[in-house]
Amino acid sequence: MRVRFTVNGRPQEADDVWEGESLLYVLRERLGLPGSKNACEQGECGSCTVRLDGVPVCSCLVAAGQAEGREVVTVEGLGEGGELAPVQQAFIDAGAVQCGFCTPGLLVAADDMLQRNPNPTDEDIREALSGNLCRCTGYEKIMDAVRLAAARQSEGV
Amino acid sequence: MDFLRPATWEEALAAKAEHPSAVPIAGGTDVMVEINFDHRRPEYLLDLTRIGDLQTWDTVPGGDAVRLGASVPYTRIMENLRGELPGLALAAHTVASPQIRNRGGVGGNLGTASPAGDAHPALLAAGAEVEAESVRGTRLIPIDDFYTGVKRNALAPDELIRAVRVQKADGPQQFSKVGTRNAMVIAVCAFGLALHPETRTVRTGIGSAAPTPIRARTAEEFLNAALEGGGFWDNGKIITPSVAKRFAELSAAACNPIDDVRGTADYRRHAVGVMARRTLMWTWEAYRATGRDAHRKGEVA
Amino acid sequence: MGTTGLPAGITQGSRTKGGIGESTLRPDGTLKVTGEFAYSSDMWHEDMLWGQILRSPVAHAEIVSIDTAEALATPGVHAVLTYDDLPTEVRHYGLEIQDTPVLAHGRVRHHGEPVAVVAADHPETARRAAAKIRVEYRELPVVTDEASAVAPDAPVLHENRGDSHAPHVPHPNIVHRQPIVRGNVTEARRRADVIVEGEYTFGMQDQAFLGPESGLAVPAEDGGVDLYIATQWLHADLRQIAPVLGLPEDKVRMTLAGVGGAFGGREDLSMQIHACLLALRTGRPVKIVYNRFESFFGHVHRHPAKLYYEHGATSDGRLTHVKCRIVLDGGAYASSSPAVVGNAASLGIGPYVVDDVDIEAIALYTNNPPCGAMRGFGAVQACFAYEAQMDKLAARLGLDPVEFRQRNAMAQGAVMPTGQVVDSPAPVAELLRRVKARPMPPERQWETTEGVDVRQLPGGLSNTTHGEGVVRGVGYAVGIKNVGFSEGFDDYSTARVRMEVVGGEPVATVHTAMAEVGQGGVTVHAQIARTELGVTQVTIQPADTRVGSAGSTSASRQTYVTGGAVKHACELVRERVLEIGRRRFGPYHPAWATAELLLESGKVVTDGGEVLADLVDVLEDEAVEVEREWRHRPTEPFDLRTGQGFGHVQYSFAAHRAVVEVDTELGLVKVIELACAQDVGKALNPLSVVGQIQGGSTQGLGVAVMEEIVVDPVTAKVKNPSFTDYLIPTILDTPTIPVDVLELADTHAPYGLRGVGEAPTLSSTPAVLAAIRAATGLELNRTPVRPEHLTGAGPAGSSGG
Repeated sequence: MRVRFTVNGRPQEADDVWEGESLLYVLRERLGLPGSKNACEQGECGSCTVRLDGVPVCSCLVAAGQAEGREVVTVEGLGEGGELAPVQQAFIDAGAVQCGFCTPGLLVAADDMLQRNPNPTDEDIREALSGNLCRCTGYEKIMDAVRLAAARQSEGV
Repeated sequence: MDFLRPATWEEALAAKAEHPSAVPIAGGTDVMVEINFDHRRPEYLLDLTRIGDLQTWDTVPGGDAVRLGASVPYTRIMENLRGELPGLALAAHTVASPQIRNRGGVGGNLGTASPAGDAHPALLAAGAEVEAESVRGTRLIPIDDFYTGVKRNALAPDELIRAVRVQKADGPQQFSKVGTRNAMVIAVCAFGLALHPETRTVRTGIGSAAPTPIRARTAEEFLNAALEGGGFWDNGKIITPSVAKRFAELSAAACNPIDDVRGTADYRRHAVGVMARRTLMWTWEAYRATGRDAHRKGEVA
Repeated sequence: MGTTGLPAGITQGSRTKGGIGESTLRPDGTLKVTGEFAYSSDMWHEDMLWGQILRSPVAHAEIVSIDTAEALATPGVHAVLTYDDLPTEVRHYGLEIQDTPVLAHGRVRHHGEPVAVVAADHPETARRAAAKIRVEYRELPVVTDEASAVAPDAPVLHENRGDSHAPHVPHPNIVHRQPIVRGNVTEARRRADVIVEGEYTFGMQDQAFLGPESGLAVPAEDGGVDLYIATQWLHADLRQIAPVLGLPEDKVRMTLAGVGGAFGGREDLSMQIHACLLALRTGRPVKIVYNRFESFFGHVHRHPAKLYYEHGATSDGRLTHVKCRIVLDGGAYASSSPAVVGNAASLGIGPYVVDDVDIEAIALYTNNPPCGAMRGFGAVQACFAYEAQMDKLAARLGLDPVEFRQRNAMAQGAVMPTGQVVDSPAPVAELLRRVKARPMPPERQWETTEGVDVRQLPGGLSNTTHGEGVVRGVGYAVGIKNVGFSEGFDDYSTARVRMEVVGGEPVATVHTAMAEVGQGGVTVHAQIARTELGVTQVTIQPADTRVGSAGSTSASRQTYVTGGAVKHACELVRERVLEIGRRRFGPYHPAWATAELLLESGKVVTDGGEVLADLVDVLEDEAVEVEREWRHRPTEPFDLRTGQGFGHVQYSFAAHRAVVEVDTELGLVKVIELACAQDVGKALNPLSVVGQIQGGSTQGLGVAVMEEIVVDPVTAKVKNPSFTDYLIPTILDTPTIPVDVLELADTHAPYGLRGVGEAPTLSSTPAVLAAIRAATGLELNRTPVRPEHLTGAGPAGSSGG
């Protein structure tokens, strides 16, 4: 089947999509956007998190056909005009990236939380990111990064 | 595999009538895992996400129940229905992860009818009816009759779940779930409890501790009698430890669990007992603190 | 050509000096946060096919027949290969013992063993075709534990073993046996006032790296193949792949693609040979990507273990002796079991001084999933057991558990059970002191002004307690891990370093085959180059087999060994640069001949700080390039009878204090804080060091309270191959992890550094267990501890095994 939707503001189209394909597969293998990651394909790790019509979801659990006509934002679309989004910069600065496989999903989830809750407590951060597994960092530097991004955001930096 | 994309509810019903084997997909949290892991290859996928009505809720005429669209995401339930459906809102908060809660709804839990579905104990405790519809018409299936076996429900092959009608809370409700992780975990077992001061009854729901979600009926009957007999609804006394203990024992005894990779049968029974006792104390304390005066006057808290 | 995701060099400048000791940021950080960093599963090639593996549904069976006809006839299918299609007589591989069939030959020995491979134009086509391969199995009795492995009628997993361990093992189902005997335990036992015994069980842990096994094999015009792959050691892969393909090593060109974590799980081959075979057979590029289900079958796990200990001590708290027996389940194939045995034995009593020891470690062949390397490598299982013993002893003696450990703690100059003298700092007592001295986290943090915050309680969001049944416990543990490959292994790394002027600026290029798996080796290599060569711009070349081996990214060795190789190559480059400088400018300034010269900030300076020349002027258009192998000092094998020998090049130590809160009625655990102190010799990048320690500590936490691959004891089948039922800690399960880093230099090592990655994974688990014991009063001889172990509910309950 053919699937058409918007990714990071650009209309995209994929042909010959098998009906069982996920949005994640279409992004990665058909649209050349492999930033969303394929760590578990069962909604248990958050590495494939994208925004679907503004809401963070696991793209591995969205059937490709369900994305028809929708707006998708992936990690590739977080920054603007070649600039990193504040949360992206904070992940680098705080040492929150090791292997980096969980990073795209965490960034989409953290970016969404910071928009909804600009001054999160530590427990708010933990709850918002509890659907994103990381195996390298023990999450401490991720906490640091989100705190840093929140602080920079509130200072208007 | 064919992908059906009905734009309206009527089209969806027609499609389901034409292809009874079609698998409805909304949040995708069950169906897509099965497809990704090659456990299932449905002939037809019936996408329900284009049907806006499924994602809304309203009050049933008469005002005592919420008609909750099958695809209202758990996040919305948590955020918007905490007052009317507190037990379900608490259960919604324990569902998987924020990403899943943004996408999954009660219709998926009901359709899959896994004993581990988080919504079931809350629906059983609150009292609910499943609004099932086909081209033949609509019927309301009481939640107590809905679960018919392991991952089986009372839906006919041509029926879809339109909504669930959940009684608005007339008293405190609680939900607890045991998992071996502090977030993003499938229930080892779960317990829902709702006090219904208007009818002076208590209802329960147990998840993952029997082939289907169940109520602990003997425990409910015992507690109803104990509360009534002791005049607790009126005098608002603290529930005695012996009553709480007996309620816990009877709740545990209602279980018919199995040993599996997530937990042992004995542990499930034990944990259901502990959750029964705790949720009883929490709800009763809430009733004593806020609900009692209101109900004396016959009002809803 | 139509390929995307090919690795390119990354150039990174630095605003600061960016040398060693600074927390410079990852050169690949920007690519990783933008989603542009190409992992092995991101590779894409025009016209590529998808590979799919058919795996055994049973643990032990004879293969009666395989019929691939229907699969081959499926439209879109380009190849179906079985054992019979392998191109050469080399049809097995293995890190040390080549006992693993590339595809099953007449018999499968574990659930999930590869039987056939398919290449098709879409993954779904490949899956459907694989499902059409008809394999007839005749099931065989399974070997699942020591008793069934050495029973008189036990099926022998590998007949006619020809490996080097075969002659000295008591049974062919024992891969390797290492005793360590020192002093006289029988006599020492008489001096003991207190003796404690314990039997411990360690569950099977999975590395659970997030990036699944994957790669792309591209057939080349010269008959060779280009493989883009996520691995821990390119050259070890190459050594195993090329003979199976029947190609010389120079025709199998390997490039490291982005690696989504490893933790030991990528030491063994997974889909490498399968992808190459399919690519060579079809003449098309072939991509294989495991899903999570397959990943659980596609790599080795941490050895589950049974450990039997006897410790004795005098009433004043001095250890008299230790007897122990460690039985590791290696599963169906050897993988790195022999080395894991060596580690378990030689590190089996922990960082304590005991003159009289009697240790035995063995690894079994069974029909369980193959086990091999995982972070901590044999030392993890032992640490769980000996630290439990230390707590038991302290309790029996009425001593504080930390003080008791400190009384027996080793220090520099101590003698290991192997007779090896610990010849660099071993601040065991100090590490314990530091974690103990830390202030305790406040009690009842879940009580907020707005009521109970369940997120801070056991059970978390599941709303199981509002404080009922919650008891706090505190536990301590310390561990010892070797760094680098041991027992006489020729453990070396190769580095190629080039210096030249690019765009008017001196630039260093570092090329190694080191697998960057997330640990930050690329960051450190750039730092070393800046420190040694006085440049700011450093380009890190993609790791590939065009340069010599860098050894494995494991055993906490990369910063030590490949870092050492980069340092050494840089030193040689510097010498050559200075030679050029002397040739060009020596006649004009006597300091060129007389002073100690350094390269700093793009200049040649004297040790007194006088600038002699800009590097740009020294080099002009000349490039200086050096490639060198570098080795750490040699080790020697352990004696097969006594276990004596200089077996390890370096030791590393970490200590933890765990503070937990346990819902004692439901058996749910919340770790509140997991403090760590570790000696790292020299922190080349403090930010990365702390990240390693926190990550390692969390993996230890995971196996303490939730992580276990459950294998059915009757069928030997894996029961939970998914992230739904194999649980790893979420951010709500992970506490604050304050880290105290000591830097006591090891003079044998480059910059005095000490390998960091593994030690924190050891002591974390026993510290958490000790804290749970303190909260519950239960014995808990098994890890992971499950809710039913803490509530006494269930057959596996009571004291927990």
